[in-house]
Amino acid sequence: MKNMAHRLLKIRNNVNTDYIISGRYKFRIRDPKELAKHLFEDIEKDFIKKLKKGDFLVSGENFGCGSSREQAPQALKAAGIAAVVAKSFARIFYRNALNLGLCLVECNTNYIDDGDELELDLGANVLKNKSKGLNITLKPVSPLAQMVLAEGGMIEYFKKHGGLIGGA
Amino acid sequence: MKQTIAEKILSAHAGRELKAGDTAICDVDFCLGQDGTSSLIIESFEKLGTSKPHNASKFAMFIDHSAPSPNVGTSTIHKLMRSFARKHSFKIYDVGCGICHQLMVEDGALTCGDLVLGADSHTCTYGALNIFSTGVGSTDLAITLASGKNWFRVPETIKIIVSGKLAPGVYAKDVILRIIKDMTSQGANYKALEYGGNTVDRLTLSGRFTMANMSVEMGAKCGIFEADKKVLDWIKARSKSKPRQVTADEKAVYTDVKEYDVSSLSPQVSMPHEVDNVAPVEEVAGTPIDEAFIGTCTNGRTEDLAVAAKILKNKKVHPGVKLLIGPASKQVFLEAAKKGYIDVLVKAGAAVLGPGCGPCVGTHNGVLADGEKAISTANRNFQGRMGNPSAEIFLASPATVACSAIEGKISDPRAFSKRLK
Repeated sequence: MKNMAHRLLKIRNNVNTDYIISGRYKFRIRDPKELAKHLFEDIEKDFIKKLKKGDFLVSGENFGCGSSREQAPQALKAAGIAAVVAKSFARIFYRNALNLGLCLVECNTNYIDDGDELELDLGANVLKNKSKGLNITLKPVSPLAQMVLAEGGMIEYFKKHGGLIGGA
Repeated sequence: MKQTIAEKILSAHAGRELKAGDTAICDVDFCLGQDGTSSLIIESFEKLGTSKPHNASKFAMFIDHSAPSPNVGTSTIHKLMRSFARKHSFKIYDVGCGICHQLMVEDGALTCGDLVLGADSHTCTYGALNIFSTGVGSTDLAITLASGKNWFRVPETIKIIVSGKLAPGVYAKDVILRIIKDMTSQGANYKALEYGGNTVDRLTLSGRFTMANMSVEMGAKCGIFEADKKVLDWIKARSKSKPRQVTADEKAVYTDVKEYDVSSLSPQVSMPHEVDNVAPVEEVAGTPIDEAFIGTCTNGRTEDLAVAAKILKNKKVHPGVKLLIGPASKQVFLEAAKKGYIDVLVKAGAAVLGPGCGPCVGTHNGVLADGEKAISTANRNFQGRMGNPSAEIFLASPATVACSAIEGKISDPRAFSKRLK
């Protein structure tokens, strides 16, 4: 995966799920592609226009805090985002993204600017910032999360294994 | 092994001894969804291919966030929920019943020591009843609906000790806003909070629900209280199940211990657009407001309406302000009517909404215009939360909101100390 980084310009940290997708839309729109058209509308109206399929969304601490709405990762996935890259994720959002098979990457994002070209190598556990010639090491992903992601999400995992398996 | 309350409850539901950092599959005692999350629960449940819920008596759906429906899209979701509930024979609380978190603690489905999942981030409210309850997304909820289980990472615990006698006009809401200011909106991410101290001991259950409710605003997975006599009395009066009180071991391991002396605490106000952007009321007093809202799962209980009624008795809401009252449940509404609070509030000029979440999520019941400012007893003031990104939201206690509604600007409820003693 090699594509462009996009950062929300006004809010570096604590991007909550209301900002990802407003409550106004989650109640009346059920098609994820339609929802995706309203991503970040309340805080940066034109942000969605910059996103191309396969691009990266880059943020700071505590991305996805607040409401438990799964429409947030659902809309990000529908927009074609390859991965959300952040210093840390709020826990409900983290689980929701994992369950939907949306890739989340935790690492130091201080040296990623809006418009940088990124390449993600999950096997080598590294995010390459091609524009700056930097290799950024990723925080390791738990074995359970790896298994769920490998199946493409929790529904596929659950169906394949006939439920939740083992002592986790 | 010495354990925290969170470690003990998860251990009891996993059937093995767990410590912070472990991951385990646990049996879940109850789970729920609301109208903002249930259409996705239904979708995910149907994708799982399970023919029926693992146990329909341990599941409920609530139509509360946007109820009654303001548009066709929402009505379609409500209809889908009703038909799913009929198909699988589980309880649905329809328009007019109230907010899921208030109904969950009123209706006796829960008891001390339970493990509860809700597809709503404020599910942590039941921590006040010595319950490990936490918010999840819709797919996680569907997994539990289908299997009766889910996986948990056992959280580290931060102990929060609050001591000192609160001054008249200062409430549990002010205490939790002060704690959030200190902890920040990510200070407890992935962690459990355990609340204690003599202030907490003196608080009513209503005040403890307010504190537990806002635990998620610090990122916490849950915010748990010990089961004292008040908790046990509450459970005995409502629940059929025996309480399984859980106390922390004396030498349990805490990742941090925070102590707060609230004896000289001022009423607190959370300013736009982040919940942890908190200041004492003295610093924001005088800010003009257009709307005042008393309600929600944070502060829409009888006690909250009682405080508002004390302040508004024989007073009038400022002509430039709309005051909205949202009783958290049908029972709260009836109690408040019986005690005369509704009478006082309506005569003062308030509009009383049906039981439910009201304008908190910005879908109906009081959407703000561009440039308008609201003061609300809710738990979130994110930009756009009340339906308009060009409006501003301040969060405060019912007392602060009520006196601000009279003055037309953010005001210090201690001016009404005599009425509040």
